Amino acid sequence: MNSFTFTQATAVAGAVQDKAAHDDAAYIGGGTNLIDLMKENVARPTHLIGLKKLGLDTIENTPDGGLRLGALATNADTAWHPEVEKRYPLLNQAILAGASPQLRNMATDGGNLMQRTRCYYFYDLATPCNKREPGSGCSAIGGYTRVHAILGTSEHCIATHPSDMCVALAALEATVRVSGPNGERTIAFEDFHRLPGDQPERDNTLEPGELITGLDLPEKGFAKNFSYLKLRDRTSYAFALVSVAAALELDGNTITEARLALGGVAHKPWRDKAAEAMLIGQPATADTFRRAAAKVLEGAKGQGTNNFKIELAKRAIVRALKQAAEMNQVLDTNAFQNSNP
Amino acid sequence: MSQVTQASLAPPPVALAPTQAVSLNINGQAHSLQIAPWTTLLDALREYLDLTGTKKGCDHGQCGACTVLVDGKRINSCLSLAVMHEDSHIQTIEGLGTEDKLSPLQQAFIDHDAFQCGYCTPGQICSAQGLINEGKAKTEAEVRELMSGNICRCGAYSNILNAVMEVLNNEGLIIEDKVWSAGDTKPDLAPVEPPKQ
Repeated sequence: MNSFTFTQATAVAGAVQDKAAHDDAAYIGGGTNLIDLMKENVARPTHLIGLKKLGLDTIENTPDGGLRLGALATNADTAWHPEVEKRYPLLNQAILAGASPQLRNMATDGGNLMQRTRCYYFYDLATPCNKREPGSGCSAIGGYTRVHAILGTSEHCIATHPSDMCVALAALEATVRVSGPNGERTIAFEDFHRLPGDQPERDNTLEPGELITGLDLPEKGFAKNFSYLKLRDRTSYAFALVSVAAALELDGNTITEARLALGGVAHKPWRDKAAEAMLIGQPATADTFRRAAAKVLEGAKGQGTNNFKIELAKRAIVRALKQAAEMNQVLDTNAFQNSNP
Repeated sequence: MSQVTQASLAPPPVALAPTQAVSLNINGQAHSLQIAPWTTLLDALREYLDLTGTKKGCDHGQCGACTVLVDGKRINSCLSLAVMHEDSHIQTIEGLGTEDKLSPLQQAFIDHDAFQCGYCTPGQICSAQGLINEGKAKTEAEVRELMSGNICRCGAYSNILNAVMEVLNNEGLIIEDKVWSAGDTKPDLAPVEPPKQ
């Protein structure tokens, strides 16, 4: 780790000013990813601004019927908050599918969005990486790509965003609240993370110095029909090879609203609105789900050692949608009988 | 003979580590340290306070050997800076019991032979204490899932599970009817179902 100074901020305005006053400063919430990156010399900030005393760790109902998650609320406190458990169980499931209990007790909700990729080559200073050193090249392309992207890649980067929580936030259409040198603004969740394009060093659309202060969940939580399905190399405590957040509203066996987002497959949580639209008005059957899955993976491109993820993602989508549809709902018992993949 | 300037004879500039004062409350005792801000909580405990019960395994938050309790919640002390923990109450393995009166978990780990080399044990016990404090694990499957942040390279998992289950049962926190006690042989776990397609 390199040498740095540390201050504990006590107000958002002070934190933003402190950031602007230093060349290579970084905000630190729980530190679970940043300190690891600093130990690996991937991140080398010269000044850290502690955020724990900003008072942004509350979770409160909003006047419009939604829920506001303070940026400094921990992942564990969020997952097990009574309102989250009751109204947003998809978020509860996604958070609990990620990391370990110890990490979830430290990691903050704002910090979860700011996680860097777990691409092996990004972590390895001995190999070129456009995300770490823009213009140096991508070692993952043509390399070992088990954890890499199959959707939305570019010739410069095939890294994935590692979060589970963010996949649920994408499906739930959360809003990111930020504060920066130019004041406050909100960012729709789908616009927060970005695809690598020719600037893979940029993970998100935050402007320099901006600080996440909270996440707003809209009223609709899809608590009746949802599934977070995570497929990984061991049963617990591993990043997703593929994960799926599926949420449905049903009228009988007819789908009236659908949300579908994937993790582990792209540089950002991968939400496919066209596939969601295909589900509307259709019966909740495996055939319907397979068509939506095919749509999501339509433009998928394997990198060699991760080709398997294309078929895996399709099957995971079908299973997640099926799990969501079968919750609390009396389905036509024949609906799946002859149509299981 | 070339001219040697005054500047070149001066000793090279040495960047002194900027230290800062940090007060930590550990196992009920206040400690004042003067440390560099990059000192992790784990290094502060081990290198500055001689509380070497907390172990350094991977030093990257992947093994759980460094688990301590902060305000009753388990964390990885290797991924946290000491300067982030002023005003916190930190509990380490040294603060869970005494030599004369072990904590229920410490006693259960001995009774169930829940370790081999012992290196992961302080972290396992602190993690299990955090699990009990959380009160979320109600079944054996949930205990296994919520202990997944602690790796045991000797593979003492089944005895660790028995030790944790016994303490949870004794505290009435488990909804399963079987009460585990020392010496019990646990039946084989049901095989993991292959994924349905």
